[in-house]
Amino acid sequence: MLAVEVNHVFKSYADKVAVDDLSFSVAQGEIFGLIGPNGAGKTTTIRMMMDIIKPDSGEVTILGKKLDEGTKNSLGYLPEERGLYKKLRVMDSIVYLASLKGMNPAIAEEKAGRLLAQMDMLVNRRKKIDELSKGMGQIIQFIVTIIHDPQLIILDEPFSGLDPVNTELIKKMLLDLKNQGKAVILSLHQMNQVEELSDRILMVNKGKAVLYGDLAEIKTKYRSNSVLLEFEGELGEIPGVSEKREHKTHTELVLDNKTTPKQLLERLVSRGIVINRFEIATPPLNEIFLRVVGNDHE
Amino acid sequence: MNKTLLIFKHEFRFTIKRTAFIIMTFIVPLIALLAIGAYHVISGAVKPTAEITNIGYVDNIGGFQYYTSQGKISLVPYDSSDVANQALASKDIKGYLVISSDYLTTGLVYFFTLEKQLEPPPATLSAIKNFLSSNLMTGKVSQTTIDLVEAPLNVITTRLTVTGAVSPEQGGYGNLLVPGIFSLLLVLSMMFSSSYLIQGLGDEKENRLIEVLLSSVSVRQLLIGKVLGLGAAGLVQVVVWVISAPLLLGLASSSIGGFLKTLVVPPNFYLLCIVYFILGYLLFAMISTAIGAISPSAREGQQLATIFTIPSIAPLWFSSAIMLFPNSPVWVVLTIFPITAPVTLMLRLGSTDVAAWQIALSILVLVLSVVGGLLLTARIVRTYLLMYGKRPGLGEIIRNLRNG
Repeated sequence: MLAVEVNHVFKSYADKVAVDDLSFSVAQGEIFGLIGPNGAGKTTTIRMMMDIIKPDSGEVTILGKKLDEGTKNSLGYLPEERGLYKKLRVMDSIVYLASLKGMNPAIAEEKAGRLLAQMDMLVNRRKKIDELSKGMGQIIQFIVTIIHDPQLIILDEPFSGLDPVNTELIKKMLLDLKNQGKAVILSLHQMNQVEELSDRILMVNKGKAVLYGDLAEIKTKYRSNSVLLEFEGELGEIPGVSEKREHKTHTELVLDNKTTPKQLLERLVSRGIVINRFEIATPPLNEIFLRVVGNDHE
Repeated sequence: MNKTLLIFKHEFRFTIKRTAFIIMTFIVPLIALLAIGAYHVISGAVKPTAEITNIGYVDNIGGFQYYTSQGKISLVPYDSSDVANQALASKDIKGYLVISSDYLTTGLVYFFTLEKQLEPPPATLSAIKNFLSSNLMTGKVSQTTIDLVEAPLNVITTRLTVTGAVSPEQGGYGNLLVPGIFSLLLVLSMMFSSSYLIQGLGDEKENRLIEVLLSSVSVRQLLIGKVLGLGAAGLVQVVVWVISAPLLLGLASSSIGGFLKTLVVPPNFYLLCIVYFILGYLLFAMISTAIGAISPSAREGQQLATIFTIPSIAPLWFSSAIMLFPNSPVWVVLTIFPITAPVTLMLRLGSTDVAAWQIALSILVLVLSVVGGLLLTARIVRTYLLMYGKRPGLGEIIRNLRNG
């Protein structure tokens, strides 16, 4: 069963089209990156998946059916900009929001204690939310998002405002959740983080899908025919290399259309060059995005 | 547990723990208590009530020696005007009267005092009058007759129906007081609850918590839970005030306390008050929620809400006109118009028999407004709660509601 299935969804507001005929699916046990520049329609898409707003047309199914109260209990959602009840204590906030997901308050409290301890925040459980730092507040929200053991977790810009230590901690937890068979959707505008975590991606621009599929396949498809090389010795002129670009730590060799990386490697080895790194260059997502949409992005 | 119930419990607990709520709940009785205390202190300083005032008299006829103690005024006999003058100068008496020798035919009595006054104070005058009349009748009629002449009137009014039976609903101040109190409480709790609703929604909207809530519950569950939770908190506030009111009135004056005990209001009267209280609150809560949803901030929401609070409390400003002319067509229209209905009807109930069709129509319109309000508000919330920034214009709201 697919965790999410979005079919030809369309949503417009008074003055603009926010989502334009979007279709994609997310499987269980994968991290799915929803990427695109600010204003591309990512948040609107997520809100339609959450049934917070209705699409003008098209269909969204979550865990095999239309979203209802029961399905909502299997969802964990971390909105882009976040806050909690400022005057409520940490533990009370977590238990209340967990109980709205159908969790027994006693069990929620016990699990919240464990998660707070894991995040090294147990000492703060009796503090009011407005006594916490912004980063701490975000950790609490992350706990609220996953405490009820959801099957589908949707995180809108989960790393914004987090320090590197907490960013790594949450990345590790996301990978753990994926390994437990949960579907995780990450909506990010920083594409390097998507590359690090996602199995598949959907890239949107102006409400439309511009790239969709397996991340490795996309990168292979968009790779430039070049190789990154770290070596010892003199390279000299190598047949099949049309251009040589020197970088700080490595050299990039751009191959002509007739030469494959394998042929290049054989030629280098036959010349007795000591090779420390030989990597087929794949462009970063950022570059792919710019190549796909050109200057046509907001 | 039902999610609406969870939201209800959360909102109720969260509200009654708010410092502003606690202060508001106890400050009303506290201010009343302070006012009563201040009144007692001031009145105690100005007027030592226990003191007996002496008034002298010179009896030129003879026989005026009984009934010299008249409440807080004591009449002291003097042999002559000279002696009475000395007593007046030495302030033993506040004044003295001379019963002239031809009093029995002319009724002439001379009053002498050091104070500048047009005539003696009413209490003194009444004491003198009773002293004279009682002495005149002594030995001629019975003591009971003398008492009756002093206080000849003790009116008990009973309202009858056309068949001559005693009407279950009696008029009088009691009927004015109860609806007056109810309408005032309704207005107060409406204003506070509305302000809490707008504040709460505004905060949730500003910090985006609303999105987390809506990913767990439906808009309708959120609305009903919030409105009822805050309503219950408002009701607690009203109950505290209602309970404290008789105690405070009892403290304020034993006569008012006694008056309260004599209030007999038929149960259906209270029932109507409660029905209008609940319907009025619900309608207002719906309006407040819709305003909270379309306003970018809590502050702007509060300002917008006054457009509705003012008409709802306006009938209170005209309460004396409503009591004098309770059946004027203006008040009939306001009884049926849902926003002004609760307060107008409560005030009219105190002074007249409101026609049954008016009550029925008014309740029907209110119920329809509450149900329609709930459906419309759910739509507005769904459309606007997640739109941040500029407040939409009326035309845009109507257009979106039609399309949405």
